[in-house]
Amino acid sequence: MKLQEIVKELNLDVRCGAHNLDKQVSGGYASDLLSDVIANSKKDNIWITLQTHQNIVAVASLKDLAGVIIVNGRKPEEDALKKAEEENIPIMLTKLPTFEVAGRLYNLGIRGKV
Amino acid sequence: MLRKFEADLHIHTCLSPCCESRMSPRRIVEQAKLKGLDMIGICDHNSAENVVCAKKVGKKEGLAVIGGVEVTSQEEVHILAFFDEDEDLFELADLIYENLPGTNDERVFGEQIVVNEVDEVLGFNNRLLIGATVLPLQQIVERIHSLGGLAIASHVDRESFSIIGQLGFIPDGLELDGLEVSPRLSLEKAQLEFGQALGFPVVTFSDAHTLEDIGKSFTSFLIGAANTKEIRKALFGQDGRRVII
Repeated sequence: MKLQEIVKELNLDVRCGAHNLDKQVSGGYASDLLSDVIANSKKDNIWITLQTHQNIVAVASLKDLAGVIIVNGRKPEEDALKKAEEENIPIMLTKLPTFEVAGRLYNLGIRGKV
Repeated sequence: MLRKFEADLHIHTCLSPCCESRMSPRRIVEQAKLKGLDMIGICDHNSAENVVCAKKVGKKEGLAVIGGVEVTSQEEVHILAFFDEDEDLFELADLIYENLPGTNDERVFGEQIVVNEVDEVLGFNNRLLIGATVLPLQQIVERIHSLGGLAIASHVDRESFSIIGQLGFIPDGLELDGLEVSPRLSLEKAQLEFGQALGFPVVTFSDAHTLEDIGKSFTSFLIGAANTKEIRKALFGQDGRRVII
């Protein structure tokens, strides 16, 4: 499934990387510990987190993630948005909590690694 | 004889990947003196490889430099550790290295530069210094203390990488020597909000990653000499030593 379709289905607010939504999403990962995401996320995964600082962009870039969904209506910090724009990383916001986002992604056919 | 030491003990050097590369120990000491500080601390992320150089520059320039490191725990909580003796600091640094997985990607996180007293590049650290160790917070604080150091929780008023942000509380039995707040909060306010509320001494330092940020906030200690033993006494209000508000 393409990122663009996920944005539409979950009604996500795309704040950065809007021209980079044509990617095929390989799976999903949900975690708020950066070290865990570095260790366990896979290329082109969509990442669900509540973290809002600029290190999320560095991690997404390092791991070649498809994009980042920030949950609970939280707003990314300014320097995070700036870095995401530079790195062309889609940052998408939602009011939904992590559990709900993961469930809806699962219903759309996105899977985690098992 | 006690006197006032204005101290900014949380300063990063060009060894920290997120720090600007012109933050060499020489420039840091120069800037700290310009700002009128009496004492600085060097705390890079998970490494202490620029500390000896900073101490040498400080000695030459007449500025007290305390050696330290900002450790990232398994819970992604930042803890400042300070030592008087380099060998104790490096023993902690060795423990960190043994428990710090990953390799740095300079393109993503930035360069990690080890330099000498005249700003010459000695090498690049290739460990993932921005990453987290696999060491639990409790174990880090205990090790700092068993090596005779000071353990202060970093920027507790911030959400990212702070003990309050990551855990939401300070676990029972975690014997911190103090809580640091960022320059965003005044020390008076911080003492009410964190010190009295949580029962720990409170300090404020700059967490400088740029030269301009050095001394942006500092803590004034009434102490007899610039070392961690005196600072500990000031934090706990012993022998006439204290934090001046």
